[in-house]
Amino acid sequence: MKKILLTLIAALGLATGAVASEQGMAWDKAPNSTNDLSSLQNGAKLFVNYCLNCHSAAFMRYNRMKDIGLTEQQIKDNLLVSSDKVGDTMKAAIDPRQAKEWFGANPPDLTLIARSRAGHGGTGADYLYTYMRTFYRDPARPTGWNNLLFPNVGMPHVLWQLQGEREPEFETHQEHGQEVKVFKGWKQVSAGTMTPLEYDQAVGDLVNFLQWMGEPAQNSRVRIGVWALLFLALFTVIAWRLNAAYWKDIK
Amino acid sequence: MAEFKEISPNASATEKLTNWFENRFPTAFFEYKKHMSEYYAPKNFNFWYFFGSLAMLVLVIQIVTGIFLVMHYKPDAAKAFESVEYIMRDVPWGWLVRYMHSTGASAFFIVVYLHMYRGLIYGSFRKPRELVWIFGCAIFLVLMAEAFMGYLLPWGQMSYWGAQVIINLFSAIPFVGPDLSILIRGDYVVGDATLNRFFSFHVIAVPLVLLGLVVAHLLALHDVGSNNPDGVEIKGPKAPKDAAGHPLDGIPFHPYYTIHDIFGVGVFLMVFTAIIFFAPEFGGYFLEYNNFIPADPLKTPAHIAPVWYFTPYYSMLRAITTQMMYALSLILVVAVAWTILKVRMPGFIKAALAGVTFVVLWTFGAFGITGIDLLQGIDPKFWGVVVMGGAVIILFFLPWLDHSPVKSIRYRPSWHKWVYAVFVVVFVVLAYLGTQPPSPTGQLVSQVGTLFYFGFFLLMPWWSRLGEFKPVPDRITFAAH
Repeated sequence: MKKILLTLIAALGLATGAVASEQGMAWDKAPNSTNDLSSLQNGAKLFVNYCLNCHSAAFMRYNRMKDIGLTEQQIKDNLLVSSDKVGDTMKAAIDPRQAKEWFGANPPDLTLIARSRAGHGGTGADYLYTYMRTFYRDPARPTGWNNLLFPNVGMPHVLWQLQGEREPEFETHQEHGQEVKVFKGWKQVSAGTMTPLEYDQAVGDLVNFLQWMGEPAQNSRVRIGVWALLFLALFTVIAWRLNAAYWKDIK
Repeated sequence: MAEFKEISPNASATEKLTNWFENRFPTAFFEYKKHMSEYYAPKNFNFWYFFGSLAMLVLVIQIVTGIFLVMHYKPDAAKAFESVEYIMRDVPWGWLVRYMHSTGASAFFIVVYLHMYRGLIYGSFRKPRELVWIFGCAIFLVLMAEAFMGYLLPWGQMSYWGAQVIINLFSAIPFVGPDLSILIRGDYVVGDATLNRFFSFHVIAVPLVLLGLVVAHLLALHDVGSNNPDGVEIKGPKAPKDAAGHPLDGIPFHPYYTIHDIFGVGVFLMVFTAIIFFAPEFGGYFLEYNNFIPADPLKTPAHIAPVWYFTPYYSMLRAITTQMMYALSLILVVAVAWTILKVRMPGFIKAALAGVTFVVLWTFGAFGITGIDLLQGIDPKFWGVVVMGGAVIILFFLPWLDHSPVKSIRYRPSWHKWVYAVFVVVFVVLAYLGTQPPSPTGQLVSQVGTLFYFGFFLLMPWWSRLGEFKPVPDRITFAAH
């Protein structure tokens, strides 16, 4: 009996191990905290300036950003493309047909990107945080850019002026008689306007905003949940004692 | 018709009002007594008995939240995904209603699986409760249809491709399959027509059937009375009764079990609420990550998995390969050979049996090993569908498969408990494997698991009789709380 169970467990271990090895590179942990309003606001700014040109957030309304501490006037003055109204959803100006021609695919909608990219490697935020920090120069690609996490990605490195240009360095070694390339680190080819630390922070803010945008109600959800659970705990205690009172005569 | 009852003019207003209704609608009073205040239930119910009432609670939650979702949802392929996000963002408390409904779907299956397992271990499906069990199995089957159709409605990638894969399974049925799958989809691929009909089925047709079956399940239960963890009848001719004819080992459902169930509801709602508010995706099991991408008929996801509650059956479907069909053919040959050699019956029946076996082996593709086209039999995919469906249908026959002399696991030989334990482990492992991408090891484990699952049921007439059974007490065992 025990043997069968152990065999099953071992078999499962093998199965999951096999899956894990197919996942590719490990994802870095995103430093996101969707309660940090200044980080969210900075993320919103980066999003509107860099992402929204090609990517829409078609389920997200501009004025929802009041939830991250901005006033309607601030949103109108700083974040809105002139033709849009503050109650509109965030639609990119790019023509889908042209986008397809330029990048090989229509840039995906980003409203829910932090939710849809979650997986075995971590949260969707971890994925995006890693993705935005692993672009490198690759003359072989039509855009001139490639990505370690998403090989042969259609998107060029939008934030390259901030990060500068980098190249990955690999180390080759023998494994099971095969030559394996292992990622070692980055080489900065040309400097960006930000230091690497500042850049990581900026991407962190951007990812934080994407995480928040995936579910704007997420923080109030948790807050309300605490109260709901407290109420239910009280309810359950009362029900438990009431039950005991009814049942005490049943012999 | 009952006699019109006069009441003293000095009676209180409440008594007068009650009397007024009782004269005009006696059925309500009669049924209330029959199903609540004078429905005697065994007093030794344990925690396993919470799950019936909890299933009812979840059903109500699903119906009520469903009503509110329909107010804002748009069953249109171009708008469905958007309207769900509209509910999540712009409808006041929409996110809560949606999470209640999505978590409720999973909770429904958790509660129903536990409820069914309770019936399994305490023999609640045995005579005279066969129909209660059959209605219950029908509820389970209908619930699966309800969940499957509901899952298409958010129109995400998993919704779309999950439906595509499952509907395509029907096309594996010989002759009628391809037309049948077009009939279900209303199109050659899953599309707007599919979404519209699934919406219609999900919000009205299937729930109506479900409610009807729940009523039948409860009425049949209240006619034969509840079983209990000891599997001892409390209302039988030999059972002790008080002067009024009520069973001594029973207590009125109301107030004793209503208050008891309210306590159970409290505990359940704490878990339910914690998931809704703190982990509504439940690690990608309740809301799959891929389903946050709008359906794209041109982009097949790398890994398509149904929601967790279907994965045990999905694993069994994937377990049926050509090799598995050879294994099943071998088992069939051994079983038939044993029957022909050991069981006494006229020669012509034996010959007929051998002939039928030969045909079945041909359809199984057992002779396909020769490489001759004509002997390939039916595609293993079809047998996979048969196995997947059979895994649910076989539950209906449980009352006639279990031949153990006692009902409850409590008085069965100790090793029976191990059989049930392995059954549970196998079911959970199959469920896990169904969520994972296919792998050679996983496939082998799921094949062994599938054989065990069917062996458990099909060999039950034999193994359930084996071993040393413990004496069953005359009355239930109950210690005052």
